[in-house]
Amino acid sequence: MSLDTVENAAQTPDVELPWAELGLKKDEYERVVEILGRRPTGAELAMYSVMWSEHCSYKSSKIHLRQFGEKAPQSDAMLVGIGENAGVVDVGQGYAVTFKVESHNHPSYVEPYQGAATGVGGIVRDIIAMGARPVAVVDPLRMGAADHPDTKRVLPGVVAGIGGYGNCLGLPNIGGEVVFDACYQGNPLVNAGAIGVMRHEDIHLAKASGPGNKVIMYGARTGGDGIGGASILASETFDDAKPSKRPAVQVGDPFQEKLLIECTLEAFAEKLVVGIQDLGAAGISCATSELASNGSGGMRVELDDVPLRDTTLSPEEILMSESQERMCAVVEPEKVDRFLEICEKWDVIATVIGEVTDGDRLEIFWHGEKIVDVDPRTVAHEGPTYERPYARPEWQDALQADDANKLPRPSSKDELKAQVVALVSSPNQASKKWVTSQYDHFVQGNTVLAQPEDSGMIRIDEETGLGVAIATDGNGRFAKLDPYHGAQLALAEAYRNVATTGAKPLAISDCLNFGSPEDPDVMWQFVEAVRGLADGCQILGTPVTGGNVSLYNQTGEAAIHPTPVVAVLGVIDDVARRTPAAFREEGQLLYLLGETHEEFGGSAWSQVVHDHLGGLPPKVDLERERLLGDILISASRDGMIDAAHDLSDGGLIQAVVESALLGGKGARLVVPDGLDAFTFLFSESAGRAVVAVPRSEELRFTDMCGARGLPVTRIGVVDGDAVDLQGEFALSLDELREAHEGTIPALLA
Amino acid sequence: MTARIGVVTFPGSLDDRDTQRAIRLAGAEPVALWHKDKDLKQVDAVVLPGGFSYGDYLRAGAISRFSPVMETVIEQAKAGMPVLGICNGFQVLTEAHLLPGGMLGNDHLHFICRDQKLRVENADTAWTADYVSGQEIHIPLKNMDGRYVADERTLDMLEAEGRVVFRYMDFNPNGSLRDIAGITNEAGNVVGLMPHPEHAVEPLIGSGRTDGLPFFTSILKKLVAAS
Repeated sequence: MSLDTVENAAQTPDVELPWAELGLKKDEYERVVEILGRRPTGAELAMYSVMWSEHCSYKSSKIHLRQFGEKAPQSDAMLVGIGENAGVVDVGQGYAVTFKVESHNHPSYVEPYQGAATGVGGIVRDIIAMGARPVAVVDPLRMGAADHPDTKRVLPGVVAGIGGYGNCLGLPNIGGEVVFDACYQGNPLVNAGAIGVMRHEDIHLAKASGPGNKVIMYGARTGGDGIGGASILASETFDDAKPSKRPAVQVGDPFQEKLLIECTLEAFAEKLVVGIQDLGAAGISCATSELASNGSGGMRVELDDVPLRDTTLSPEEILMSESQERMCAVVEPEKVDRFLEICEKWDVIATVIGEVTDGDRLEIFWHGEKIVDVDPRTVAHEGPTYERPYARPEWQDALQADDANKLPRPSSKDELKAQVVALVSSPNQASKKWVTSQYDHFVQGNTVLAQPEDSGMIRIDEETGLGVAIATDGNGRFAKLDPYHGAQLALAEAYRNVATTGAKPLAISDCLNFGSPEDPDVMWQFVEAVRGLADGCQILGTPVTGGNVSLYNQTGEAAIHPTPVVAVLGVIDDVARRTPAAFREEGQLLYLLGETHEEFGGSAWSQVVHDHLGGLPPKVDLERERLLGDILISASRDGMIDAAHDLSDGGLIQAVVESALLGGKGARLVVPDGLDAFTFLFSESAGRAVVAVPRSEELRFTDMCGARGLPVTRIGVVDGDAVDLQGEFALSLDELREAHEGTIPALLA
Repeated sequence: MTARIGVVTFPGSLDDRDTQRAIRLAGAEPVALWHKDKDLKQVDAVVLPGGFSYGDYLRAGAISRFSPVMETVIEQAKAGMPVLGICNGFQVLTEAHLLPGGMLGNDHLHFICRDQKLRVENADTAWTADYVSGQEIHIPLKNMDGRYVADERTLDMLEAEGRVVFRYMDFNPNGSLRDIAGITNEAGNVVGLMPHPEHAVEPLIGSGRTDGLPFFTSILKKLVAAS
């Protein structure tokens, strides 16, 4: 069939198009016809189908995500909110920070190395597109069972991909998580986050304004990689002779992206850019329609001018290609030469592919014929919206009734000791050094804290010591038991982690990983989690700046645990005041902040010892979290504490063992009055942290806690070369190190 | 006066700005040099920084070695100008035959990032005079292709002439022959090593140690004394 032009489409209303194969529903296709007043061309159909996909349009989640805006707390820190490539937060001294977490789950299961690598690439381009220099990345990962043979394929590939790409970009990897659970076996979660820094005046937005301004595509050439539905259009409907099967997972080139970073920042510095957009999902379709619909005018694009890697690509394929390392900039005509010069300096290919017009249409031409003529808003912003049915699952009551607090507890000192060893050596609680040692955390020379610290911390001003901290957390087990509170627990933990290092939490980004929205059970989990997060952010005063929704993480009927992952960004006036997790000075006093209750539902202990998931997750008290955070930040600023570690998975014993191993100093612990040893060690009550206080500061510190109403309990002292619970057991640091650090290398060997 | 020390930026260099910072902290003046420019801007010494120049494509350092700036660097190095190659810079120096041997992929096949213990074996080079021979230091290491190899005769020669400058201690992180972490040329003006001294110059940052600072104070003192 010959080229399907706009004119042709108007004259041949009865031509059947493969809308169903491209993922559109019948009513969605009819809506496209209604919008255009005719049938779409093949190219238009390609654009609508990909832009109206769940991934790009958020059609199942949009109505719920609105709460993040509606319930947003008053915050002076927000400079740019949801809807742009990434949110931007004011961190003071004229600096702004942009950050975001996204998912690259499905590609990473198909092809772990490239899937994870291009996940890093995509999130970093979002950061550059805001005008910021990327300064760090974090990678929250969730894998299938640690001992499953396929985990040995997926995890090392994912880690090598993240390292291979991020290390080559020169971005320190400062945080993240690795969680194992059988529920992620066929649907591992590879979330990637990035932070960028800029001056306030350098913020850039994705919009094309000013008729006559040029649209420049730069970066890698466009190839056939990452085309999903387009190959159906090209091969089955339009031209049977063409090769149809191209890799659905994109292949990354971090070297090209590094050049893209440098040349984009140089163009920003010379004020050459009016608007900018990266090319990620939906490629040129997304970039042109979003730029045009966010600006004041229309846009005219000559598709022939797009530099190609494969010259046999059809226009539909060019529009849908997800080739990596490409960007689109809008530049005033008189600045185009200088922009192209900078690209040439960095050996980056750059081509003018179109211009901003004074109309309101997005028009795309191929060989001189018009193949797209649409209102860009209908492509980018006015996609379908669904109110998916949802209902509390029938099994939820039974799950919550299966109380973990009733599980058999250790009956002897030996059993208690054995369970401590089992816990700290279990895959989820074991050291992740095998993973993090494959990531560069030194590059750029500004890393103050990195994994396994509570949060990653980066200095952003060498003179003043201003810094930012980030922590990501999520607990699918808690969210499965109660998605509303599970989401709030993820938020609370990330908030606490940031405050534990001495930084003040400012804002969050979230990556919401769930199963199929077409399943009312899953949809209920999603709705509850979003509501929980929005309510929680209101109490903590941390607005949601943006994020990402990943649905359909499901194999057959089996969905993953609902897994909202929350990234909290914080600021610290002077990184010299940061609090690390390591016990460093013998004789310092150990205090437990917060209250400990018998709370074992979803706990690491219930998983490791009983392979059990049931009951209720720990209670959430966000006002208390806020108070705890304030105390930790004050104590850090005023030099009252030398070490602090948040209590979460694995409870107090896990935190103490980690701090002891990090600093190479042991601890003598005493079970406080009113608690039994088991609850003291393993409970996962929220809102708690352990701190090491120099003796000279003891009074000042406990007075502060008392005055502000935070329960504080002395639990021991930093001492010796063992973790010793008086009257119960002692474990030498050597034993603990072997248990804690040996697990992951052994599993992956 | 102070010394002017050039830092070359290749496409894909990553630690160029960090190296400039280390030079500044030592009290010298960092000068940015561009790979396409043969002009060394009258610098007194040159550092080839770490990174993945040209994406490490073909072989680490193999393409950069042919960049215009390297023509002048090679010429000046042979004439006695102090040159330091860190990580990827070390790889470029071996590719340029300013230093013997070469680098292969780590024996464990993974990227490795750690705070590495080293022994200073030669404190007489232009870049190590502020250390003492036998001193034990910790310097961050991060690489994919860090396994130093050379034929036996070359290795024996390096040992006999005292040209092994740094050796890995306690743990060989990449399978380097004879635990070699860094070497120098016959004249002692060209030094290459895999670990990153520019990441150990401030007490709060990175490894939290300042064991790398003497690299930059060594060269500064030498250059100031010579002027």
